[in-house]
Amino acid sequence: VSSYLERGARGRIPAIFDAGSFEEFLGPSARVVSPHLAQLDVPVSFDDGVVVGRGLLGGQRVFGAAQEGGFMGGAVGEVHGAKLVGMLGRAIDEGAQAVLLLLESGGVRLHEANAGLIAVSEVMRAILDVRAAGIPVIAAVGGANGCFGGMGIAARCANTVIMSEEGRLAMSGPEVIETANGVEEFDSKDRALVWRTTGGKHRYLLGDCQVLVADDTGAFRAAAIAAIEALTGAARSGAAALTLDALQAEQAMLERRIRDFGALAEPMDIWRQLGVPDPAGVSMLEADDFVAMAAGHRAGPVTGDR
Amino acid sequence: MDWQTLASKLFPGGHDIVEHDSFLSGSGQVDAGAGADAAARTVAVIGTTGHAPIGIEIALAQAQAVLRTVREHPGRAILILVDTQGQRLRHRDEMLGINSYMAHLGKCIDFARRQGHTVLGLVYDQALSGGFITSGLIADACFALPQATIRVMGLPAMARITKVPEDRLTELAMDNPVFAPGAENYLRMGGLQAIWEPGPGVESTDAAAISLPDASASSSASASASALASALAKALAQVEPTDRRMALGEARGGRHMAQAVAQAVRTGGDVRPA
Repeated sequence: VSSYLERGARGRIPAIFDAGSFEEFLGPSARVVSPHLAQLDVPVSFDDGVVVGRGLLGGQRVFGAAQEGGFMGGAVGEVHGAKLVGMLGRAIDEGAQAVLLLLESGGVRLHEANAGLIAVSEVMRAILDVRAAGIPVIAAVGGANGCFGGMGIAARCANTVIMSEEGRLAMSGPEVIETANGVEEFDSKDRALVWRTTGGKHRYLLGDCQVLVADDTGAFRAAAIAAIEALTGAARSGAAALTLDALQAEQAMLERRIRDFGALAEPMDIWRQLGVPDPAGVSMLEADDFVAMAAGHRAGPVTGDR
Repeated sequence: MDWQTLASKLFPGGHDIVEHDSFLSGSGQVDAGAGADAAARTVAVIGTTGHAPIGIEIALAQAQAVLRTVREHPGRAILILVDTQGQRLRHRDEMLGINSYMAHLGKCIDFARRQGHTVLGLVYDQALSGGFITSGLIADACFALPQATIRVMGLPAMARITKVPEDRLTELAMDNPVFAPGAENYLRMGGLQAIWEPGPGVESTDAAAISLPDASASSSASASASALASALAKALAQVEPTDRRMALGEARGGRHMAQAVAQAVRTGGDVRPA
């Protein structure tokens, strides 16, 4: 087992894509760096915290990106966002089979405030451009920094979200909520509560993540290949694009979620209501055992493009 | 400007917008000129008011209104009125997956666009980060009133998180559009298509040319009303469905790198900064 979480972006890419197949666009040797960090006396990175390019994944021509959590938490600045947008556009131009986004990001890079905010919205639109072109987009979340802010939104613009238990997917970080509304609202030091609220198992039970895997690069790779296959098989032609039916189903699912769980205060109460027999024991289950246990207890559609 | 005043200025021909728990919805009659047919004059309106925090319920209500418009009024333009303090910062919202609710709203708006609904955003008061990213920023084009406040977060909070002294950020914000809040800076960076001046005198040639039907309205109201109404009519006629914000940011000198980097990646070329 090789941990996905412990690898950086440049370690994940060769472990996920077919060996030796990935070609990076505008790599670090081009030294295209953030134009905003120097004036803040903040060090730059020659890739601005993201690897973009194309390769083969299970023999299919797949475009991809990996955000580097070790550089500013993977946050999106002007150059970082533009690299993602450029790659997504090129995936359309070159008729990619799919796009795989290895997301690890705190969202907007506050050091580039307004430029970062606009950039994240451009990434969202570019992801939806790819889907509108009939090309599936898969998001993987399993890094130590989680996937937050605007990138937490962007992840849910993908066809499929793959997470590990250790992955976290949300909007505002616990520290931000605690700062705004107090420790009694959200105790960011309570790691178990943070995990129950934002972690992969909770997202899988709620239906915000379609595939849950162990923290293993091989498991992420296999899940990505399977997700692409499920969305590109002959019977699923055109399944990547948004449809009115799918959006209405999502609307109904999200309404149901508020109706069923809106009065509950604790994620374990949601799991109990879903019929999970031993909510307190969920954290102890290995990924495969958890997925087997969760079958039949998940809210929302188990499969399908949303 | 409160939403009622704004609505009356945008829609001198009338509107039926209502507020329900800070959520705005309805439709308005655009001052589209004498030649326009009735259907083309109606615009669906959704939005928020009172600096509403965008929680899961209000995100879903907006999405519902967008989907209803797509179902019941194919092709009808949609105007999103933006006034928000950002996403709601509550444990409950996070537990229930607020990012999914925001993404759903964004996807509904994006879907409407691709179905031929022109979608415009208008920041008429305040726009912050998460509340803005799946409203005005995902429209075909976003506009703002001159006094609008647009930002990611306040400078004190930004200083705390970035560890950059607040004095330094304040100094940088004086002339750097990246740090300073405000409509003008978002305009320079391409995040806004244009700023709509509500006062008399501005856009007056367009107003005179386009706002014929209500030329008989009371003079003090019509001078300012017609400016916003004609700006809306003009935007509806001119907006393009492709995302041109990087190119605008480059042309206006507010974002020097984004367009060049995206183009270099897309075409396999080198970066030639503007």
